[in-house]
Amino acid sequence: MFRQASRLLAQTLRAGLRPFSSDLPAAPTSDSAFIESWKKVIPNIEPPKTPSNFLRPRPATPTSIPSKITVNFVLPYASELSAKEVDMVIIPATTGQMGVLPGHVPTIAELKPGVLSVHEGNDVTKYFLSSGFAFIHANSVADIIAVEAVRIDHIDPSLVQKGLAEFTQKLSSATTELEKAEAQIGVELHSALNSALSG
Amino acid sequence: MAMAALRREGRRLAPLISPQSITAVRSSLISQEQAPLGLRSISTQIVRNRMKSVKNIQKITKAMKMVAASKLRAIQVKAENSRGLWQPFTALLGDTASVDVKKNVIVTVSSDKGLCGGINSTSVKTSKALKKLTAGPEKETKYVVLGEKAKAQLVRDSKKDIELSITELQKNPLNYTQVSVLADDILKNVEYDALRIVFNKFQSVVSFLPTVATVLSPEAVEKEAESGGKLGELDSYEIEGGETKSEVLQNLGEFQFSCVLFNAVMENACSEQGARMSAMDSSSRNAGDMLDRLTLTYNRTRQASITTELIEIISGASALQG
Repeated sequence: MFRQASRLLAQTLRAGLRPFSSDLPAAPTSDSAFIESWKKVIPNIEPPKTPSNFLRPRPATPTSIPSKITVNFVLPYASELSAKEVDMVIIPATTGQMGVLPGHVPTIAELKPGVLSVHEGNDVTKYFLSSGFAFIHANSVADIIAVEAVRIDHIDPSLVQKGLAEFTQKLSSATTELEKAEAQIGVELHSALNSALSG
Repeated sequence: MAMAALRREGRRLAPLISPQSITAVRSSLISQEQAPLGLRSISTQIVRNRMKSVKNIQKITKAMKMVAASKLRAIQVKAENSRGLWQPFTALLGDTASVDVKKNVIVTVSSDKGLCGGINSTSVKTSKALKKLTAGPEKETKYVVLGEKAKAQLVRDSKKDIELSITELQKNPLNYTQVSVLADDILKNVEYDALRIVFNKFQSVVSFLPTVATVLSPEAVEKEAESGGKLGELDSYEIEGGETKSEVLQNLGEFQFSCVLFNAVMENACSEQGARMSAMDSSSRNAGDMLDRLTLTYNRTRQASITTELIEIISGASALQG
């Protein structure tokens, strides 16, 4: 009987500690203005949820510069890095490679195809990104959103060379504006890949 | 089965009844069961037909539940992975659901196939309520409908307000390229100040929450940033890349829309499979209950008809003897 009681107690403790849904933040906030205006016009239906209900809480802006920068690197199919503390990231902005250290000024940067390198201590992880955006917030949190990303060591150099040759040939034989634009994009991508692999 | 029981009864009663009456009884019983005439056996045939069809329905709905469960498993993983996609945008630009703009476009995400419970009706209800909420003088609200089910419901009373309707979204497995092409289509053909995406967010297999995600056009973002409020801090951000700030903001807005739409479509697909699973589960349970009730009725009717036959035989025999 005592064995059962202790088992039940352990179960309830475990159940209490486990969160109901992994996506709900600890303190869900909601858009109160929206809910108010909804209730006034449509009192019978429950107001729908908004993204702020499901937003993971973000750290507040610290007074002094923190030692590490928190990186969230997301793709449509996966969150590559989620709230990882690193020393520095180098992002391929359209204006060139940009190094981001803790305490960087808040920035919205548009990205071009290139290499993202994440420096933590002595390890450097390099990813090749197709384009995307990067936000650097005042609280030393960097959000990098890309459409596709692969680790550099997963790329096959021979295929890159083949692709580059193919698109250069297409560019020279292109007739319409659309074909020219598509071939131009292919050439830019493959030459960026090439320089990423060699650099 | 009924015939075997009757034969057994006949053999038991053999000493009481003469051979001629046994054959007469058996043939009369056969004719009564097959012919739908007479008050007693008409129900056994009909009940048996009903039982067969209810059993088939139970099998079909059970199979549909298994299919929905396996599809849900596959797509749930992808939907949960895509949840990180919209978080940075909301962190930067805030949740602007209560924004007051002139041109609202409501993008309703729904399924193509039915039998998925009430999720499409909730989406349509929320869209209609949003239209009422954002209505006002000099303001206009239009719909962009994704999926057959919402289109069927909205066409009934708001046909002229539907700008664009897209169906057969899930013919090929959902991927970002398809959704970004769709987003591009919508952005090119529809004029908007604010896009409101209505979908069912997948919280668990039994719970789906109607959600509204708002994406503002670059001009609306500028206006909100100037007037302060949620987007007031946007000016403190440096803009890297592009020729001008407005060009970057435009790219940002378009990217935000495609990311948020991708997540919305994924979550809605998950909710659809989950809702179909629970709908089919309750349907097969219902069919099982109905089958139990029908079996009881069938047995009762069968036994009653046997008893009546026996009474007739015995009273006939006793009339002959006595």
